[in-house]
Amino acid sequence: MNKISIENLTLHYSDDKESLQNISLGIPANAITVIFGPAGGGKSTLLRVLNRLNDLTDVSFMKGRVLIDNEDILDPRLDVITLRRRVGMVFARPVVLPMSIRQNLTYGLEVAGEKDKSKMDAAIERSLIQAALWDEVRDRLNDPAAALSGGQQQRLCLARVLALEPEVILLDEPTSGLDPISTGKVEESLQELKKTYTIVLVPHSVQQAARAADYAAFFLQGELVEFAQGDKLFTNPTDKRTQDYVEGRFG
Amino acid sequence: MKNSLHWREYLITRLFRISGYSAIVFVGMIFFFLLREGLPALGKVEFVSLFSARWYPIEEYFGILPLIGGSLIVTIGATLIAVPFGVGAAIYISEIAPRWMREILKPLVEVLGGLPSVVLGFLGILILSPYLRILLNLPTGLTALAGSLLLGGIAIPTVVSVSEDALDAVPKSYRDAALALGATEWQTIWRVTLPAARSGVLTAVMLGVGRAIGETMAVMMVTGNAAVLPKGLGALFAPARTMTATIAAEMGEVANGSVHYHVLFFIGIILFLISLVVNVTASTVVFRQRKRQERILS
Repeated sequence: MNKISIENLTLHYSDDKESLQNISLGIPANAITVIFGPAGGGKSTLLRVLNRLNDLTDVSFMKGRVLIDNEDILDPRLDVITLRRRVGMVFARPVVLPMSIRQNLTYGLEVAGEKDKSKMDAAIERSLIQAALWDEVRDRLNDPAAALSGGQQQRLCLARVLALEPEVILLDEPTSGLDPISTGKVEESLQELKKTYTIVLVPHSVQQAARAADYAAFFLQGELVEFAQGDKLFTNPTDKRTQDYVEGRFG
Repeated sequence: MKNSLHWREYLITRLFRISGYSAIVFVGMIFFFLLREGLPALGKVEFVSLFSARWYPIEEYFGILPLIGGSLIVTIGATLIAVPFGVGAAIYISEIAPRWMREILKPLVEVLGGLPSVVLGFLGILILSPYLRILLNLPTGLTALAGSLLLGGIAIPTVVSVSEDALDAVPKSYRDAALALGATEWQTIWRVTLPAARSGVLTAVMLGVGRAIGETMAVMMVTGNAAVLPKGLGALFAPARTMTATIAAEMGEVANGSVHYHVLFFIGIILFLISLVVNVTASTVVFRQRKRQERILS
């Protein structure tokens, strides 16, 4: 069953840097869908459409529909704040907010109006365990989040999203700044998380794409070249361009 | 050929070094002359009467407390006006205003910052103080309040432009992160962008305070210049006299080397110390913040 359906989505920025051209794509629930391809292919743009973070940029042209649970999220009347609570996002560079570890985790809940302290504490513990960070920070939740290492910060960002119990998690190259061990930890938690969430991942390498993908979509210059189950796309792609990229002949 | 290049290089580095050191030398010399002319006041006037509440130099009353009090009340008033409005305007310019608005507002603020304070003082005398007199039903509009309002206006451009730079320097990713968590625009500004820029905003506030406490002309024109020790909030609606205005008004007519002359310089020392404290506080706060940021980034 598809959680997200993208129908004929076309998008241009005013500076023509990146674009999406007539994308149609169904993203299944409870699986990791990997969106990969060379830089400038529109991967980040697609993610930013899914939680309407693109509202803030200079989009000069947009057409098409994006449905989450059969509801059009591009509808201008839609409450983007609620949407962003349902569709969480982790960025390429870990951005911890200038607060303590605990406050980073409760910030989303607080702005959502949650006041019950015991619920918050439960959410903190649950999300940190899910993000494989609990053991490392349980004794110092009140330390400034900026004091954590890069890998810990990125897992904190993941935990921060999980604390809100979203339905969809968007990850934009979440391990690009991390060492192999931290990368491994994040990937492991993703495999665990997909049981509960719909995950859309822009990986930072083809190898990671192949490791993580249940489904994979190959993007090239704003165009969706191929979409298939992960095993098929990485071992037996239909399109020549996909094959060339996966085998490392360009990009 | 090679030799002449070498020489030029040598001369140029020396020239820059001299320019650099000259700043230190100038500050040192200013401080030295201030001390040389001001410290004798301590020998000629008793310490207790120097810090008494009566300033009446013609009859040899040199109590500088009313002047310090006048400066404080006017500066505090100005800060209370300049900080909220300045920071608010900076937030509007950097976070909320559409681009075309930003491009109009930024240069306008810079122009406002470049206005000579005499011009503002003139407006203060002609428009602000008569208006205040009628509005608040006071015997005179030339009050500490008028000075505060005017000084606030003078300090606002400094506060706006420095804190706008600080807000602008907050990475876009911070805003994205907060928004992606479902924060509204206002929640993002208040809880994320502003705290992230706080060292810069604090510098802006300190620079604004510095600008306000050192300002002379405009204040002298609108505060009424009565050296009365401010007591309580009511003093805001009465004439006051600041340290800067006193020096500017009386230095011209005092006999070189007289007690009065030395006391005026002594007031200069106190002013110098106050702005030194303000500046040092600002830079230590910023320095500490920067240290922490460097540690985090490395």
